[in-house]
Amino acid sequence: LSAKKVSARELTDLFYDRIKKRNPELNAFLALSPERAYAQADRVDAMVSRGEKLPPLGGVPVAIKDVISTRGITSTCGSRILENYIPPYDATAVEHLEAAGAVLLGKTNCDEFAMGSSNENSAYGPVRNPAALDRVPGGSSGGSAAAVAAGLAVAALGTDTGGSIRQPGALCGIPAMMPTYGRVSRYGLIAFASSLDRIGPFGRSVEDIAEVMGVLAGPDPNDATSVRDPVPNYAEAARAPVNGLRIGIPREYFGEGMDPEVHKNVQEGIALLERLGCKRVSLHMPHTDYAIATYYIVATAEASSNLARYDGVRYGLRVPNGPLLATYKKSRGRGFGAEVKRRIMLGTYALSAGYYDAYYLKAQKVRTLIARDFIEAFRQADVVVTPTSPVPAFRLGERTADPLQMYLADIYTVTGSLAGVPGISVPCGKTSAGLPVGLQIFGPHFGEATVLRVAGAFETAGGFTLN
Amino acid sequence: MLFSTGESVKISREDALRVAGLAHLDLTEAELATYQEQLDSILTYVDKLNELDTRDVEPMAGGRPLAFDSATPEDSSLREDTPRTSAVAERAISFAPDPATTSSGRYFRVPKVIDR
Repeated sequence: LSAKKVSARELTDLFYDRIKKRNPELNAFLALSPERAYAQADRVDAMVSRGEKLPPLGGVPVAIKDVISTRGITSTCGSRILENYIPPYDATAVEHLEAAGAVLLGKTNCDEFAMGSSNENSAYGPVRNPAALDRVPGGSSGGSAAAVAAGLAVAALGTDTGGSIRQPGALCGIPAMMPTYGRVSRYGLIAFASSLDRIGPFGRSVEDIAEVMGVLAGPDPNDATSVRDPVPNYAEAARAPVNGLRIGIPREYFGEGMDPEVHKNVQEGIALLERLGCKRVSLHMPHTDYAIATYYIVATAEASSNLARYDGVRYGLRVPNGPLLATYKKSRGRGFGAEVKRRIMLGTYALSAGYYDAYYLKAQKVRTLIARDFIEAFRQADVVVTPTSPVPAFRLGERTADPLQMYLADIYTVTGSLAGVPGISVPCGKTSAGLPVGLQIFGPHFGEATVLRVAGAFETAGGFTLN
Repeated sequence: MLFSTGESVKISREDALRVAGLAHLDLTEAELATYQEQLDSILTYVDKLNELDTRDVEPMAGGRPLAFDSATPEDSSLREDTPRTSAVAERAISFAPDPATTSSGRYFRVPKVIDR
């Protein structure tokens, strides 16, 4: 843009053209915001014509997951209950992106309230994977992943509660990062599970991810869980050499249930990191196998509490049904989809009188054990390297019948969510059928720079295009 | 189902109905039956947590294990509790399902609470 080869307005035109052509089959976008996009593009073009230095994301077209609040633009969370909801304010992450010059193209499809691993739980229809249209893009940030993978946006924001950024990143074949809990403000993120929810970026390269992370990270007076730790130069970190770094390989992440081609690609990816001078360390993370059970108690309990606010009074859908209580029940029964109601039921049960100790408290204790596994791992290794998903993209409808089967798609991602550590998924070649495989790199709390360093070196060495 | 034991023991229909009431969810008979069965299967799977002895383990209370946190105390400190003006309320009410304007201000209007 600074070279004046193309204006921000022309670039915005180009991306809206692409969206117009591809979105009918992909269903990645739920709403477009051309007025806001072109106003921002014109501001950037004015800066260029005045010869000013452009901010880091000047003119970069981005997409925002629909669970993230955007003032004046519908934010449905993929739910009927918020079909006409227009937030009165912007999320802090959105403010940061626009202050850095990004052009907001629109809002992306997702599983309802970010609950799902395939994007099939959206009230507005599933998203299709650009790499194979009969397959899911992963979830819950499936629209953001598909939009970037198909070239309909340069970068996108997603949210990750149990794997919802990393898993669709892996299944669509693009890098995708979940920051440390507290590194990026959650203000304006419509809550699913408050102790697990995080906002993070999808990009076309690790360098892009690092640039966006530099813009997003930092404290926010509107999110008391955000921290004031200094923000390192992530873009520089992504270019630093990795020789001498210790990469930990936990044996628990290579068990049964993994697709053999995923296994082969990830092993080749680890071998590539060794050739770059990383030292391989075998790890034991004994509580890994308890993570799915822990996650589905903690996350649903928090969800049952957070989603109590949808009652047909202050915003969203109201289904009249006589007196107030009956109206609440009818509005919620009609407004929520099957998966959301299932999780509210499970979470309500886990928190209800007589069951709290047996389920919620027990799960929070096991969560401590899972976090300790990570603390211990990072005494022996600088990063932990695993597959992102046990399987490549599955077919639409293939896993919808059994909720537990679907939950197991998150088996390698929920651990890091529970522990609060940062993690990235980077492309690691493809299966023989051409389906992308993801390599997951975890770092210690606030160790984003190290994660990006390993991811950047892996990408530069050709790790994205293995075999 | 992968983890079902085949016997429904954890959740009865009455339990499911009670939980739906607590959660303010109006469910059809078919939904109630489905959730009863699925919750039973999921809770049976969750029973594996009882394999672990957690008597001396502190529960985690937030998004990071604070005891091991790299953040310094002042990093996690709270902002000053000072009032600020906010222009959000007026916009928020205007998007409500049934906003009401009276001589004393704007409100959310709800259906009758007490039936008599």
